[in-house]
Amino acid sequence: MSIDKDTVKHISKLARISLDEKKIDNLSKDLSSIMKFIEKLNKINTDKTNPLTSIINASLKSRKDEVKDGKIRSQILKNSPEKNEEFFVVPKVIE
Amino acid sequence: MSNISELSLTKIINGIKKKDFTSEEVTKVFINNSQNSKKLNAYISECFDDALKSAKSFDKKKDYNGLLSGVPIAVKDLFCTKDVKTTAGSKILHNFIPTYESTVTSNLWSKGAFLLGKLNCDEFAMGSSNETSFFGNVVNPYGKQLVPGGSSGGSASALAAELTPATIGTDTGGSIRQPASFTGIVGLKPTYGRCSRWGIAAFASSLDQAGPMTKNVEDCALLLQAMSGYDPKDSTSVDAKVENYSSKLTENVKGLKIGIPNEYRVDNMPTEIDNLWKQGIDYLKDAGAIIKNISLPHTVYALPAYYIVAPAEASSNLARYDGVKYGHRAKGKNLIEMYENTRSEGFGDEVKRRILIGTYVLSSGYYDAYYLKAQKVRQLIKNDFDKVFSDVDAILTPSTPSSAFKIGDKTDDPVSMYLNDIFTVPVNLSGLPAISVPAGYDENNLPLGLQIIGKAFDEQTILNLSLAIEKRANFKKNFKVWWS
Amino acid sequence: MAEKKFDYFINGEKGKWEVIIGLEVHAQVLSKSKLFSSSSTKFGAEPNTQVSLVDSAFPGMLPVINQFCVEQSIKTGLGLKAKINLNSVFDRKNYFYADLPQGYQISQYKKPLVGEGEVILDMPYGTKKVGIERLHLEQDAGKSIHDIDPDNSFVDLNRSGVALMEIVSKPDLRSPEEVNFYVKKLRSIMRYLGTCDGNMQEGSLRADVNVSVRKVGDSQFGTRCEIKNVNSIKFMQMAIEYEAKRQVEILESGKKIDQETRLFDVKKNTTRSMRSKEEAHDYRYFPDPDLLPLKLNKDLIDKLKKELPELPDQKKDRFIKDHNLSPYEANILVSEKEISDYYEEMIKECDKKLATNWITVELFAVLNKNNLSISQSPISAKNLSSLVKMITLGKISGKIAKDVFEKMQVSDKDPKQIVEEEGLVQQSDPKELEKIVLEVLSKNQDKVIQYQSGKVKLFGYFVGEVMEVSKGKANPNLVNDILKIKLK
Repeated sequence: MSIDKDTVKHISKLARISLDEKKIDNLSKDLSSIMKFIEKLNKINTDKTNPLTSIINASLKSRKDEVKDGKIRSQILKNSPEKNEEFFVVPKVIE
Repeated sequence: MSNISELSLTKIINGIKKKDFTSEEVTKVFINNSQNSKKLNAYISECFDDALKSAKSFDKKKDYNGLLSGVPIAVKDLFCTKDVKTTAGSKILHNFIPTYESTVTSNLWSKGAFLLGKLNCDEFAMGSSNETSFFGNVVNPYGKQLVPGGSSGGSASALAAELTPATIGTDTGGSIRQPASFTGIVGLKPTYGRCSRWGIAAFASSLDQAGPMTKNVEDCALLLQAMSGYDPKDSTSVDAKVENYSSKLTENVKGLKIGIPNEYRVDNMPTEIDNLWKQGIDYLKDAGAIIKNISLPHTVYALPAYYIVAPAEASSNLARYDGVKYGHRAKGKNLIEMYENTRSEGFGDEVKRRILIGTYVLSSGYYDAYYLKAQKVRQLIKNDFDKVFSDVDAILTPSTPSSAFKIGDKTDDPVSMYLNDIFTVPVNLSGLPAISVPAGYDENNLPLGLQIIGKAFDEQTILNLSLAIEKRANFKKNFKVWWS
Repeated sequence: MAEKKFDYFINGEKGKWEVIIGLEVHAQVLSKSKLFSSSSTKFGAEPNTQVSLVDSAFPGMLPVINQFCVEQSIKTGLGLKAKINLNSVFDRKNYFYADLPQGYQISQYKKPLVGEGEVILDMPYGTKKVGIERLHLEQDAGKSIHDIDPDNSFVDLNRSGVALMEIVSKPDLRSPEEVNFYVKKLRSIMRYLGTCDGNMQEGSLRADVNVSVRKVGDSQFGTRCEIKNVNSIKFMQMAIEYEAKRQVEILESGKKIDQETRLFDVKKNTTRSMRSKEEAHDYRYFPDPDLLPLKLNKDLIDKLKKELPELPDQKKDRFIKDHNLSPYEANILVSEKEISDYYEEMIKECDKKLATNWITVELFAVLNKNNLSISQSPISAKNLSSLVKMITLGKISGKIAKDVFEKMQVSDKDPKQIVEEEGLVQQSDPKELEKIVLEVLSKNQDKVIQYQSGKVKLFGYFVGEVMEVSKGKANPNLVNDILKIKLK
């Protein structure tokens, strides 16, 4: 399956990565070549196989319903590129 | 004193204990080596001042009880270290300073070691040559035009060049074992769930594992013991006892059955790799092991399956890098534009490729044909291993299909780069432990490693077998320092 | 009671249409900490103070599941008479938004925790069964505040990661009224179970409403639109009414309905298309590799089943059977857990029928007038039951009781105290009453003669006079008896 430029544009929108025309061109080539390599999997019949659901043979460990975290606002906001003392600040969303 | 950096981790720890030298002396040696090795570009962040402080403080307290007492260790820049910049080799985290420490590095520090610096790596652990880092490529001490392997290239290079007495990396498709092979050091990927992933910038959650990279097998056992353990903060961490790998380490591998998988003899396999493999078989025979031919029929599908599963998980794991909470943020008229520009500016080409492939194989209409299929193939590969492990105790293969290649050789064709992982990837897909031990040289005197794959949580057996090989291979570093 | 018939149809220009509605209700799980992290879930905290490193998706952070949230969801499933799936999987739902720090929401897609169930509604026109498709557990998102700054939005992650139960109904609802009853019933069940507080003002309960229309008699479903994130029943009803009419107009003009996501505009009372969702969402669901599949033990389900409190339907049946209440009365009493709690507290002390009356007539009148819920009642159940008991014992008359009741609204005093302080104890001593009666009759001799000649209506006059002299305390029944004898 080759990945044409429109497909590249579509998935880059889903992945929220902007690309210029040249990059789209290169990516179309690169991704197509990767997909060609991946398509080797079509040679094997997996109809009777179940997909791997977990590498570990154990049950999901859970925790008790206790409040042991939070109240670390300054830590949470410390690395934010733009903030005030209470919130993360982002450009407006157009609804 | 200049010989301190030649010593193994174990010998350094013992030397400090016996008071042959102080932690400060040791630390100064490695700082000195590191400062004179800029050409290798192994470091992203240097923590030399703090390391020296820690060493002096250690020498005052004289607490020799920890497994790693008094030793400075530099770690791959994928481990979040408290108050020390952690970049994952990426522009998008170029200014990120975690307020928390990863569980694995915490384990090291709680046992008496301290941080020397953060080592260069492929961006978000995606790469096999350390050429995708935002902070520039790393050079192999074995030759200034050679790659050290990746993604833990900075770790491998630093260790081989004696800039740190030991180090830790991460391995998702071979990122510890392949650079270990390229730089003549020992690298081990533990069983999935052996070490905690908490605090390690995630690449592919079901494949990532932290592991030790050391000068020899004895060091590897020690460091593995120090790193490992159940972590309730990581739901994929396994509550299994951590063995005393060091004290149980033995060359005695008599009677162990070693599988040689037919399918690893790939087309156009270089003669020297084949010879190395044969040599390894002989070493183990000599040590009393029994050699058996085995079949892992679905091996050929491992790489394609890996290049579906890993990018898919990565595309989701890297969605958090959006410029809102931390890291790089680009300008944008509105939120979507900000996201798109941030991620476009922040991620390198290889990361972009993998995010896009990952997004594609998960997308509507393609999930069954790709991701689901790859997970089924993964089950088949795991079944292959489960089957043979009822018959053999370990599996011997080469680590890599070649020795270190030249910088720039494979950057034009992503797929040619991916083929580096051909022997290592099946192990990650199955969650098994594997080690690469330096076993020989190619015709250009570049190091080559042998891989031993073990049963789940049987790191002891693969350590013992690699010790047997190490003693017989007698691998010695054969390069001169050209970088200082 | 006259049986109503279902009659919600849209009368279009070209025919009669019916409305098909399905609801996806998001209910916040009542728990102390979040689904995958240990931060608090309390409402109303300062921004970003109930946020952990995991909640804000820092590099290397990993989810660990809250066992209690799983149990709360199982209990809710049992309350919906639904199948509990012993094997379920958490999936990542991938999309980008400012209040979604991970860039994905941990949810359940193909293998939810709870399967099919049902909810029974008591509509005015009869019983209606609403099918439940499934219930699954997922993370709530944070909040974006858009109206503080013209250029920027502010993000608060306090709510990010709180456990939500998503309850998906089958498209069985047919009118805004049914939606009203359905949401109230769901809310009631969860409040009885203690699994969700159902506080819509605080956002503990919200719904996405799926609406489509079809000509009456058609069997195929029409194209539906989804109205997202409606946080009050009133808005849900308004949105459905507007949307149904909008769709009928489009279809009658020959055009097709675009399947799309819409928002309810609370200012205009209309629905509008969400412009930002130009591309259809491709959530790229896949099992979360940071978690293992959730495998439940049947023993756990059995244990939780045993521990279930009595649910509204069961309670209603019991009230009808054992307390001899009418279905109408029983319905009112169980409609809210707080009301049935109040009733059951009262009947510890007093008569069931009287309690029912006093609650549903007198108390409700007061509450409605002052816009209060029963939990804000100025009169406690204990005190009201005390009042009712005094009536039964003949200590005060019904009329006096009403006066005392008024006084209790001000102070919620023990009515016994009020009666004593104001000397309102009913006069039931026949000798005393006889005295008063004789007094009244002797003062109104002319009327006595008139009565004895046939003006029987004057009996009420005598009663009234006795009441006045006794300042309302005379036991009316006894007065009647004595008067009858003395007037012969």
